Amino acid sequence: MWKRACVLAALACVALGGPASASEGATHPPAQDWEFNGLFGTFDLASAQRGLQVYEQICHACHSLNHVAYRHLGELGFNEDEVAAIAANYQLSDGPDENGEMFDRPAEGSDFFVPFFANEEAARAGNGGAYPPDLSLIVKARSGGADYIYAFLTGFEEPPDGEELPAGRYWNEYFPGHQLAMPNILDVNTVEYTDGTEPTHAQMAWDVTNFLAWAAEPQMMERKQMGLKVVLFLLVFTALMYAVKRKVWANVHH
Amino acid sequence: MAHGSSGGTPFKNPVVRWVDSRLPIFSMMVKEYGQFPAPRNFNYFWNFGALAMIVLMVMIVTGLFLSMHYTAHVDYAFNSVERIMRDVNFGWLMRYIHANGASMFFVVVFIHIFRGLYYGSYKKPRELLWIFGVIILLLMMATAFMGYVLPWGQMSFWGATVITNLFSAIPLVGDEIVTWLWGGFSVDNPTLNRFFSLHFLLPFVIVGVVFLHVAALHITGSNNPKGIEPKGPQDTLPFHPYYTIKDMFGSGVFMIIFAMFVFFAPNYLGHADNYIPANPLVTPAHIVPEWYFLPFYAMLRAITFNIGIPFTGVTIIEAKLGGVITMFGSIIVLFFISWLDTSPVRSARYRPIYKWCMWLLVLAVVVLGYCGSQPAEGLLVVVAQICTFYYFLHFLVLMPLLGKLERPLPLPRSISEPVLREPGAGPLPAGATAKPMEKS
Repeated sequence: MWKRACVLAALACVALGGPASASEGATHPPAQDWEFNGLFGTFDLASAQRGLQVYEQICHACHSLNHVAYRHLGELGFNEDEVAAIAANYQLSDGPDENGEMFDRPAEGSDFFVPFFANEEAARAGNGGAYPPDLSLIVKARSGGADYIYAFLTGFEEPPDGEELPAGRYWNEYFPGHQLAMPNILDVNTVEYTDGTEPTHAQMAWDVTNFLAWAAEPQMMERKQMGLKVVLFLLVFTALMYAVKRKVWANVHH
Repeated sequence: MAHGSSGGTPFKNPVVRWVDSRLPIFSMMVKEYGQFPAPRNFNYFWNFGALAMIVLMVMIVTGLFLSMHYTAHVDYAFNSVERIMRDVNFGWLMRYIHANGASMFFVVVFIHIFRGLYYGSYKKPRELLWIFGVIILLLMMATAFMGYVLPWGQMSFWGATVITNLFSAIPLVGDEIVTWLWGGFSVDNPTLNRFFSLHFLLPFVIVGVVFLHVAALHITGSNNPKGIEPKGPQDTLPFHPYYTIKDMFGSGVFMIIFAMFVFFAPNYLGHADNYIPANPLVTPAHIVPEWYFLPFYAMLRAITFNIGIPFTGVTIIEAKLGGVITMFGSIIVLFFISWLDTSPVRSARYRPIYKWCMWLLVLAVVVLGYCGSQPAEGLLVVVAQICTFYYFLHFLVLMPLLGKLERPLPLPRSISEPVLREPGAGPLPAGATAKPMEKS
């Protein structure tokens, strides 16, 4: 028995020693009760759809979403016409055509989200030298995940007494180092939700985090559903193997 | 299992007979996996060889599918991985199995190595078997390191930079070697390309060495928890069905744990920074390797002092080189333990002092793993130094010394002795008599 305990202890050590989280100079984000948490977690599609609106109308002005295509929005509950309508709001440069000319056309479902800035240089020029990161993977690329993103979006504050902020810098409780070039944008700008939800700062932060969680891991629901089936199968299979093992070994003294 | 009459093949199927009389592959399978006599007293630690074999196969199959969609170019690598995750059918499944499979492989192999150390599986006549195992470990580490570079995230890039830079510690030719490894003057496209190429090649080299490992095992036979050789058929069981079914059960348990990671916590063992594309201009706050390298990383950073001739100020080994030697030495020393251990007793069960040294070694490695995950500063450096010291003390001093000093417990006369006592060998404790057969 103690040997089995040792194996489990070793596994536990591995699991606990795994993530080496290191974030100094920032408060640990409080855990939120996301609908996508847990073994049976699913995306809150209504919230994520509102989050898309927040992204399009506020975040998109600085942040790209390069790994997400408009067609992917089908998984978020939009039908084909809605996807086409969303895509058509964006213009992109295509070509060359048969005359060798580049031309502008509206985006289609098969295109990836068209960024506001054409390239990193343009983005830096438009943001006082800072480069707003791409948001496709932001939830997976930050320690703390969705909890961090939500805490960050609602964590802008006045700097503590005695702390001088340079011009064009803002103070955030949860940002590593606290000072950053992004303003408290959800306080400045607001959206008008098509479903009538009141667009409070916290609501918009919640919705856009739901959207970004989906954008970072669109296959999450498929993954968890498959996982339940796989684990259920394996439990039955393993129980069966254990029964057969008992039977085979029944005549052996050991 | 088929039991052959003497002469000819024991098989009924004419095609099998035809093949077997020309290439006795079926006879070999029957001999090596059917009848192969295995000690009857294996505990569940003896499942981990089979588990390692399973993960190796899983890694090769998933890796093959990933390579069909991956692009080894600094401009496309990160994006191609995201395409696999989002647009390739079941690409996310392949990638998460492959990424977590690497962790599972090391969990399984570390336990497998612990088993070998604890029960003395490295001792005569299994020295070569053990050495093949250490070679497999080295190959696995190289493969895992290069595989981690391929997604070309921040940790990929900076991990590759840190580890390849270690070679610059080699005196005189260090810098040239690093340039040669990189194929340029920094980790860049040539580096990524060759890492992909080698990451594809090395698993098949591992398969080759695993074949030798298993072949050597089938010459010497397996060790067992008592560490004494089987004395006859009463001490062994045919591999099939006794251990095939036990391995099936063990792999079921293992696959449940594996699946829990893949489906419900696929990024738990990874690092968030690797979802940021590689950027040579921005260094992450803390560069940490994957968890399975953390103990070795801690040893690397534990050597914070130059080694020289005392009182003269002459430096022989710079701290950096000392760290590199220590890190690689921690694996190299394993090649020699068959001869460093002077005790004739294999199993730590019968070695009262060595047993505790062994658990101390486990503790030291786990603590080193923790040190490796944290910034190397303050008290943790000292802790890492003490643990590193113990690691080498264990192999280089305690192993040779304890063999001479320790008084081992009396060994059982045979594997089956405690259960199959001769009549009149003394009163049996209650419950030790043969139970009536459980017929279910």
